[in-house]
Amino acid sequence: MNKQLIFFFLFVLFIIYSFSVYFSGTTYDKGISHFTTEAKLGKKLFQEKNCISCHQIYGLGGYMGPELTNIISYRDNDESIARAFLKGGTAKMPNFQLNDEEIDALISYLKYIDKAGNYPPKAYEITPYGTVNEIVTDEK
Amino acid sequence: MKNNQGFPFLIAGILALGLGMFIGTLAAFQFIIPDFFELLPFFKSRPLHVSLVVSWIFLCAIGGIYYYLPTYCRLPLFSSRLVKAHFIIFIATGLAIITSYLLGKFGGREYWEFPPILSIPIIISWVLFGVNFFKTVFRKKGKWPVYLWMWATGIVFFFITYLEANLWLIPFFGDNIVREITIQWKAYGALVGSWNMLVYGTAIFLMEMISKNSSLAKSNMSYFLYFLGLTNLMFGWAHHTYLVPSAPWIRYFAYGISMTELFILAKIIWDWKSSLSNALKFKHHIAYKFLLSSEIWIFLNLILALLISIPAINLFTHGTHITVAHSMGSTIGINSMILLASLFFIIQENSEKAIGSNVLKTGIWLANISLLVFWISLIGAGYLKGTLSFGSDLTFQEIMEKLSPYLISFGIAGICLFIGMCVILWVALTHLLALRKK
Ligand code: HEC
Repeated sequence: MNKQLIFFFLFVLFIIYSFSVYFSGTTYDKGISHFTTEAKLGKKLFQEKNCISCHQIYGLGGYMGPELTNIISYRDNDESIARAFLKGGTAKMPNFQLNDEEIDALISYLKYIDKAGNYPPKAYEITPYGTVNEIVTDEK
Repeated sequence: MKNNQGFPFLIAGILALGLGMFIGTLAAFQFIIPDFFELLPFFKSRPLHVSLVVSWIFLCAIGGIYYYLPTYCRLPLFSSRLVKAHFIIFIATGLAIITSYLLGKFGGREYWEFPPILSIPIIISWVLFGVNFFKTVFRKKGKWPVYLWMWATGIVFFFITYLEANLWLIPFFGDNIVREITIQWKAYGALVGSWNMLVYGTAIFLMEMISKNSSLAKSNMSYFLYFLGLTNLMFGWAHHTYLVPSAPWIRYFAYGISMTELFILAKIIWDWKSSLSNALKFKHHIAYKFLLSSEIWIFLNLILALLISIPAINLFTHGTHITVAHSMGSTIGINSMILLASLFFIIQENSEKAIGSNVLKTGIWLANISLLVFWISLIGAGYLKGTLSFGSDLTFQEIMEKLSPYLISFGIAGICLFIGMCVILWVALTHLLALRKK
């Protein structure tokens, strides 16, 4: 069999597949209306301070600190707890000397990712094929 | 020997690995003792460790390719000036990345945690490498052995997926967390797949050289396995993001593709007898010892990878240390063992005496056994974290408390692994430097 041809075929499939992922596989984001200018600034800070080296979003990131996807609703939407951590740090979490605006921005970002989805899923069913279906019950 | 192009890459790779492992060991202890080594806090030590050890994989794989093409494939390099330029850009970018971490300037994307501007020289250096490689290998007449295909694929796909990993800079991608995370991990999966192409290609090349059997890299089976690997590189990444709310078809498709790797597992088991007789035949060759370790690690990590690609298992293992076991097991046990095989192959071929002192053998054993303890500790920690996160109401701090025995054993195994690898690297470095002077 012609190897160039197989490669070419796979490559074309890969391009089609990639564009499907970009444009139709990932359109879902129910938190999008919460992604305000402030939250965008928060995202930028989250990256610049390398929060992901210790924290996870959707289980992806470092393991020194807790998972942050739903940390706001986990604390019953009481953002003052997150604020306190950001303000003072802890023995393990550094104090980044953030000013109030920066903390506001980070909180907005955390609220946005909280609205965007659930992790880990609260209710799910496991099918005999080994797949998992999330059962979305709560509307945050 | 003096003018060999690949050497600077190999030597820089050894130094990067040594330093990267040292910082990794520090970081492991920062997990257990919060204020340990405050000079380099965890949010700086982690990216330093990752970037240094990843650069070892690239440096050693690239150095090997630059060395093997003219010497063994009878393909003189298209341009040695491009090789020099590649090396200079690589090292300068590496130093800039290290400086940015030390200054606390981050881009904050996992694994490539440097400011995105530094991606520009990385992309440029990769273009230089690609031009040089393709201008060199297109002169070859006749059928390409599979390792040339793999090296070519690794180069092309690193380039594509590195660009893809930077798509988040465009608002369409960056302004939707579901899209951003999904595409980030789509790109990362394929990036790792592309360096695996460089490394596995090197392994097949070495096997051909050691066994002196040139049909190996031209058999139908080897091309079949290459295409299977390529398919997984392209479509099999989504186990990282099974739990991100993207479209379900992405998950189902990736799940199906990942399971095709069962074929590789079956083949390893099927072939074990001939693998054993190979082991007896070639065990005198120092490079083969490393290849043999890598084969054992392929077996173990493949089982783990297959398991965590099943969504129902992934649900509990995702976001736990089992993922770390998988990545460390593959990068150390598989990638690094193959690259060490490549280093020692080059050393052995240029030395009159057989390489394989008792010190080196002790280093190999120490590294592999401590890696096993290290790997099992991570799996233990991950198992506990997964079950406790789902099956109990413990807080994060309480769970971390329960994990600490595993993390301590991980840290201690890490020190032993570091020592074992240092012995190996030291032997390699002194031999390489001696060869350079010849
Ligand atoms: C060096 C690791 C580290 C870094 C970097 C880090 N954190 Fe933390 N963070 C922790 C740890 C650990 C905890 C849990 C508290 C503890 O055990 O000390 C925590 C707790 C938190 C909490 C409170 C979670 C709760 O339980 O309610 C929030 C919110 C948080 N971090 C946000 C951030 C943000 C935002 C950044 C980046 C600006 C960041 N962290 C950077 C380690 C880190």
